[in-house]
Amino acid sequence: MKRGLLAALSIARKDLKTELRTKESLNASASFALVILVLFSFAFDLDRESIYAISGGLLWLVYSFAGALIVNRSFARELPNDCLDVLIASPTPAWSLFLGKAIAAFFLLLIVEAISLPVFGLFYNISWTGVFWPLLLTISLATWGITVVGAAFSAVTVNVRLRELMLPVLLYPVLIPLLIGGMGMTTQLLSGNMAAADRNQYLRQLIAFDAIYTALAVYLIEFVLVV
Amino acid sequence: MREKAVYACAIAGIALMVWNLHTIFMGLPNDALQGFIFRIIFIHVPATIAAYCFYTVALVTSILFLARRNFVYDSISVACIEVATVLILVNLVTGSIWGRNQWGVWWAWDLRLTTQLMCFLLYLGYLLVRPAITEPTQRATLSAFIAIFAYADIPLVVMAIRLPNVRTQHPGPVLETGGLAPVYVAPFVIGIFVMLLIGTALILVRLQQESEQREIDSLRRELHAL
Repeated sequence: MKRGLLAALSIARKDLKTELRTKESLNASASFALVILVLFSFAFDLDRESIYAISGGLLWLVYSFAGALIVNRSFARELPNDCLDVLIASPTPAWSLFLGKAIAAFFLLLIVEAISLPVFGLFYNISWTGVFWPLLLTISLATWGITVVGAAFSAVTVNVRLRELMLPVLLYPVLIPLLIGGMGMTTQLLSGNMAAADRNQYLRQLIAFDAIYTALAVYLIEFVLVV
Repeated sequence: MREKAVYACAIAGIALMVWNLHTIFMGLPNDALQGFIFRIIFIHVPATIAAYCFYTVALVTSILFLARRNFVYDSISVACIEVATVLILVNLVTGSIWGRNQWGVWWAWDLRLTTQLMCFLLYLGYLLVRPAITEPTQRATLSAFIAIFAYADIPLVVMAIRLPNVRTQHPGPVLETGGLAPVYVAPFVIGIFVMLLIGTALILVRLQQESEQREIDSLRRELHAL
């Protein structure tokens, strides 16, 4: 167990290191997020009140689009030179390989979110610094959900034709409960009328989603990777 | 043997359906509040119940496939999921028609409707990804994985009208709470059997196709090896 976790951490470190050196999915994902943010400003012509009302939804749409781009590369990155086969053949258990990938994708997506959140606040004139800590909690919980399910489906679709297309088709329906929770919580935080009952409900929803899907993915990934 | 089972299920299902439709349209009185349109319940709910039965079978066979690597389980999963997804579509369409009549809108984003649509999309993803994977073992394994993931949504749909603190405009579980008048219970239960029988017949046909497809594939591989 402990060795598996250590292996997961070293896989995550390897992934982060290669990604931070090449920045291939990071650059693409961050600029994609910015483009989407710009597009949304044309799509909706809004006054101040309604901007706050849709802020959570807007932000999470951007994050989930960016997340799909990040996790798409998660396993595909290992395809050249048959690295994936070597990783699977190595003594590392499949679940720690997967967990490492998920952790790396989590931090990469957090970086993208850290870039796009200030831009979002700036473009739409939304102040988020006052609720930074609860927002960070929401973002971390929901981002972990996106990346853990995303990494699992990235492993599923890695050898599939039209990989870039299939991943979102599979991923987004699964993410709906998580996104509902994340969007609701973020909207209420940003617009500053958080009811305690709603907060608890959203938090429970996010935590339950994370727990269920992390357990499912960690348990089942062995069958997916070692075909 | 299998062919006989197909015919038996199909004939029994169709006969029951005709008889049941006759009862529903000619025998039953209108609902006091909803009038004529309430009759959709005899299609709408049984379709989903049958679909969930088939999805459950698919879940079990998917797990069995991962454990035993026998392709028969994969065939059963895909056959069940295809038929069940069509049944979910029937449910969504009939529900939408009923909603237009009763609520004045075709669709409302409440928990029950959303989770059911999600269920449809999840299994649609399953059916979309399958043909994109060429290698049979890989296709079966990955499909089983997706089927297990997708099933996690179904308890949510079932609970969506039973949880105490959820605001939903979808009618409650009338059969459990006794909200369904006694005259309506028999056609309702028969409706479930109709859907199960017709669904089973379709699944058996689909299974036949799958096993033939496997045979063709193996012959083709053999030819290729020569």
